[in-house]
Amino acid sequence: MIIKNLTVRFGTFTAVDDVTLEIPAGAIVGLVGESGSGKSTLARAVTGLVPYTGGIVGGDPRRIQMVFQDPYASLDPRMTVGTSVAEGLQGLRLPRAARQAEVERLLSLVSLPASLAGRYPRELSGGQRQRVAIARALGARPELLVADEITSALDVSVQGAVLNLVRSLREELGLSMLFISHNLAVVRYVSDVVAVMHQGRLVEIGPTEEVVGSPTDDYTRSLLEAIPRLGRT
Amino acid sequence: MRRLPRTPAGIAGIVLVTLMVILAIIGPPIWGAGAERIDSTVILQGASAAHPLGTDNLGRDILARVLVAGRLSLTLALLATLIGAAAGVVLGALPSVLPRRAARLVTGTVNALVAFPGLLLAMFTAVVTGLGARGAVLGIGVAIAPGFARLTQTLAASVAGADYVSAARMLGVSRRRIMTSHVLPNIAEPLILNLTQALGGALLGLAGMSFLGLGVQPPSFDWGRLLFDGLGRIYVTPAVALGPAVAVAFAGIGFNLLGDALAHAASRPAVTAGKDVPRAVPGSVEPGLDEPEPDAVLEVRDLTVTFPGGVTPVRGLSLSIAPGEIVGLVGESGSGKSLTALAIGGLVPHPGRVNAGRLRLCGTDLGELPEQERRRLLGTSLAMVFQDPMSSLNPALKVGGQLAEVATVHQGASRTEARTRAVDRLEHVHIPEPDRRARQHPHELSGGMRQRAVIAMGLMGTPRLIIADEPTTALDVTVQRQILRLLREVTDETGAATLFISHDIAVVGELCHRVVVMYAGRVVEELPVGELASGAAHPYTRALIASLPDMDTDRSLPLASIPGRQPSPAEVGGGCAFADRCELATDRCAERPPLIPYGKAHLVACWEAS
Ligand SMILES: Nc1ncnc2c1ncn2[C@@H]1O[C@H](COP(=O)(O)OP(=O)(O)O)[C@@H](O)[C@H]1O
Ligand code: SF4
Ligand SMILES: [Mg+2]
Repeated sequence: MIIKNLTVRFGTFTAVDDVTLEIPAGAIVGLVGESGSGKSTLARAVTGLVPYTGGIVGGDPRRIQMVFQDPYASLDPRMTVGTSVAEGLQGLRLPRAARQAEVERLLSLVSLPASLAGRYPRELSGGQRQRVAIARALGARPELLVADEITSALDVSVQGAVLNLVRSLREELGLSMLFISHNLAVVRYVSDVVAVMHQGRLVEIGPTEEVVGSPTDDYTRSLLEAIPRLGRT
Repeated sequence: MRRLPRTPAGIAGIVLVTLMVILAIIGPPIWGAGAERIDSTVILQGASAAHPLGTDNLGRDILARVLVAGRLSLTLALLATLIGAAAGVVLGALPSVLPRRAARLVTGTVNALVAFPGLLLAMFTAVVTGLGARGAVLGIGVAIAPGFARLTQTLAASVAGADYVSAARMLGVSRRRIMTSHVLPNIAEPLILNLTQALGGALLGLAGMSFLGLGVQPPSFDWGRLLFDGLGRIYVTPAVALGPAVAVAFAGIGFNLLGDALAHAASRPAVTAGKDVPRAVPGSVEPGLDEPEPDAVLEVRDLTVTFPGGVTPVRGLSLSIAPGEIVGLVGESGSGKSLTALAIGGLVPHPGRVNAGRLRLCGTDLGELPEQERRRLLGTSLAMVFQDPMSSLNPALKVGGQLAEVATVHQGASRTEARTRAVDRLEHVHIPEPDRRARQHPHELSGGMRQRAVIAMGLMGTPRLIIADEPTTALDVTVQRQILRLLREVTDETGAATLFISHDIAVVGELCHRVVVMYAGRVVEELPVGELASGAAHPYTRALIASLPDMDTDRSLPLASIPGRQPSPAEVGGGCAFADRCELATDRCAERPPLIPYGKAHLVACWEAS
């Protein structure tokens, strides 16, 4: 799937400026940048939540799903986990029993017990909620999954588990992903390709080790410089 | 629905409404015959023992009629409210499912109707649909509807912006289904609350209609009708009009109070209380930790913060910081870091209670100081920086003026002196063009610059202690870097003690000299920063470090992660709080491990650490 010359304008302000980005099948493309650099706007454009110019080629734009940053806001508090996950199965028109089996399968994909289906989001931890949101998105059989800062609102102790899940989904399902984060260390850990965004534009794209190991852009270098490291004083 | 608050108003509301409902049920069967009994010998009498509220022009007992009229009055009010609410909710929900242009038309109509006086709308409808109970009910219903429509629209708009609605849209859920399965269920509660209050209003409105002769017509009667009949005689026999008036007032007030109480109950978050209430045991200071430290700027021993209901977010925490030292306090959210900071600054919100074996700042015991002096000491020697700089800045005032105020209030400086110092301090924290920035309002500054301004505010005096609670969490990495550097610079040059709070162990590892790890309200490990990367001894600290990807993490291996979650402040039991997430846990961990020395300048609370 290729995002081609995508531009988003809000009035006179250009939030995303002529972005072209290829997401190879089965690859995780990481997108880093500071807050306000246009990462989330790009994500919302790609998933059709904000109008844009430009296009998406090489795939069905309707089969792009997104997982949001805040797991406390992305699940309807009045819906059970099972009902929320089943929302992703809308298009399949499954009979009741098959739908329930599919919900269980999706929950097990994200390593949640089937018994959670009857629970409400308030009974779940942040990490569990984020898994539910991922399961819901997977139900729609996406060609591309956009993950917008999905670990930023999580505690460090559960962030690791969610990152492991992201990688295992890629390995087991061959899922393509646009993985957005302001944390370069997190992006480096999960991505095959890293794209760096600055003031609405992509300033550098390349294989992860190259971008992280020998950045060519000044802005990328300053981002790398700024990352806090344990034991560096 | 959650429990109702036991406020006098809430209780009065419940009592009044219950009485009204009972009256509506038992009124007609008991007093029905009396209310209809015509007695030509006692026509138009005032209050007497036989007829406490007097009699009407056919000699019927007015008290009995008031008691009987309750059922009709309440039923009509209920009908009118339901009609109004149903119409209102439909009108309010329509714009979310209609095409753009039709939606705008509906919204415009609702807005126009909301601006129109309710009683006029009611009278107009009643006159058009015909005098009598039906017209009055429809009229009041029509008068109530626009308010409900507006409320539904506002509530629906806020739900429609929620991420879960975006997610549903993305999944191809239809607009109508989004309305019925996401929006309506989530706005039902406030709508129902509003219904209760609207009921009170409808009751008064209907009484008004009957009173104007537009409502219930004889031989039926409701309170409004009785009032209408009695009013002509109010100067001669006031009781005949007072009876129905009081009934209407009580019912109206009752429903309004109940609605208020329900609304309050709904907006209160439910606090889950633990079963066993753990107490701060006096003298539970761990051995080896109880000698006073004369050099320390801050010395905290056995600090406990409690909220009612057995919620104890900070449990016997001890901590000391030397001059020029930066101590990092890490732990996941809810571990009690912020409350520790607030307790030191004397800022724990009501009804929290702070207990400390010792709380000394610059050698002075804060617990023993009179309130006035404690404030003065904290005001001059403590600088606090929070995650959101706007919690320390007044959006209405210019930055320079706010800084200067610190100097005029606490240091008795003159206005020009204070002003000069403010600009000097802004320059000191590397704000470019400090003179111009001082004349700007906080919103004109970027997030990083506001945080600098807050630090500059702390530097107006000579801080002995700097507490920074997640000061860089909302900032970008590059800006975070600059703020961390500034904090170190400021600590070095003022010789202040700095407590740096963060959930991010990497940030703490980069900035601090010593690291204190908190879990479920307790310190579980304290160690020099050099040992953090490879010398941590507590399983929690180790897992935190292992689960954090950094730029050198091996990408071919899965990250470590910690199963389960931290117990809430009400759930913490008697044993090691980490036990049900810990790989090394044994039977012994049912008893809480003490925080004991583990090598040089290193403390750990774990049975398996030695
Ligand atoms: N006003 C309050 N009333 C009751 N509980 C509170 C209050 N403030 C904080 N808490 C609880 O205390 C615990 C610790 O909070 P906090 O100190 O903010 O943790 P941290 O800063 O480590 O995230 C949390 O579980 C929180 O719910
Ligand atoms: S005391 Fe026991 S449960 Fe607690 S951290 Fe140590 S080994 Fe684990
Ligand atoms: Mg906090």
